This record gives sequence, C-alpha cells and structure tokens, in this order.
Amino acid sequence: MYRGGAGQWAWWLHRLSGVGVLLFLLLHILDTGLVLFGPEVYDRVVKIYVHPVFRVGEVGLAGAVLYHALNGIRITLLDFYPELSPRQRQIFYGVVSVFILLFIPVAAKMLAPLF
Amino acid sequence: MADLSAAGARPRPTGGLELYAWLFMRVSGIALLLLALGHLAIMHLINSVEDINFAFVAARWANPLWRIYDWFLLFLALLHGFNGVRVMVDDYVRSPGLRVVSLVALYSLVLFFLFAGSLVILTFHPLAGG
Repeated sequence: MYRGGAGQWAWWLHRLSGVGVLLFLLLHILDTGLVLFGPEVYDRVVKIYVHPVFRVGEVGLAGAVLYHALNGIRITLLDFYPELSPRQRQIFYGVVSVFILLFIPVAAKMLAPLF
Repeated sequence: MADLSAAGARPRPTGGLELYAWLFMRVSGIALLLLALGHLAIMHLINSVEDINFAFVAARWANPLWRIYDWFLLFLALLHGFNGVRVMVDDYVRSPGLRVVSLVALYSLVLFFLFAGSLVILTFHPLAGG
C-alpha cells in the first residue's frame, strides 16, 4: 500500500486520467457513429472539434493519454521486475520528466492554429 | 507483506479470473501504447482536426487495414477502460446492492458500445446513407 508521496500521486493520476480518457472514448464512438448518417450530419457535428474550447480539451485529452501511457509503462515494469521497486519514486520522476518533454511540443503543435 | 502490484493498493492476484484481468491490463496496455498514441499522432500531429470530415473517414476506411487498426483500438481501449472501472467499483462501491446495479450498468454500457462501434467500423460504406 502506498502511504502518501510520489507513488500515491502516480496512482491517483492514473485513475483520473483513465476515467477521463474512457469518457472521451464513449463520446468519440458516438460521434464517429454519425458517419452512418451521411456527410451532412457527420461534417456538421465533428466541426465542433475545431472550436477553440474543444481544441484546448483535445490537448487535455492528449495529456491524459500520454500520462496514462507513461505511468502504465512504469506500473508494468515494476510488476514484472519487482527488484526495481526500491527505485519506484525515481521511475515516477522519470515518467514526469518524459511527460513534460513530450507534452510541451505536442501541446504547442496542437494549439498553434489558435494563434 | 503481500506481493503488491505497482498499480495500487491491492495485492497482485495469484490465480483465477483476476489474474487474467491483471495480465490483460498489461498486455492490452502495451498494445494500446502503439494503437492509441499512434491514433493521436495520426489525427492531431500528422493531420489536424480541421482535416477530419466525412471524406477523410471514407478515404481512410477504403483501406481495410485501417478498419482493422480502428477495430483493435476500439476493442482493446473499451475493454481496458471497462476493467479499470470494474476494479474501481470493487474499491469504492461498498453497498452490495449498489455494487450489483453498478456492475450490471457497466457491463450493459460496454456491450452496447462494443456492438455500436463494431457496427460502424464494419458496415460503413461511403455511398450508403446521407
């Protein structure tokens, strides 16, 4: 059991990002389903993803997927190589560092059309 | 002390269905690294939300390999998310009655979305509808 500290944060953010991505996935299955109703219906609805509010939301989604992916690698590594567990805190800081390195350019690229 | 999974405050399952669920989360997670991050990169870095419309979907799904890619992504992401929520129901929903209601709702929701998503990916035809 984690009692506070980096591991607790990693775990909590993993659940939060997972639930967020799942909720978007359900919405995204519904919006993609509109292709069955033809181009007029589909194009009118997916246009909302170009709106600035949604673009910021999409950056949040990309951040949630990226964090969940990187921390998922950390979890899997620790599960299959338990000898790494004394270093779980350093591995979490590694996850945060790689997240920042990847997320900043991705967010910049996704938000560039707004400026 | 029990052997604790790095995923959180629960012991790593030692057998039965829970062991398969635990293993599925790792295996599907590794596959989703490629499928989900690849999907985001294709839609938001290589293309952009401005490019995505009916014609884009029709051109993409003209190639059956993209339909297979998307179908794997749909199934693995939904089942991975479903199992995550199932574990959370286990953790947070204490009342036995509410647990049954939550699990029935969760199973129904996932079955509906698996069915609806598969229907869209497998039956889409650019000339039909509209």
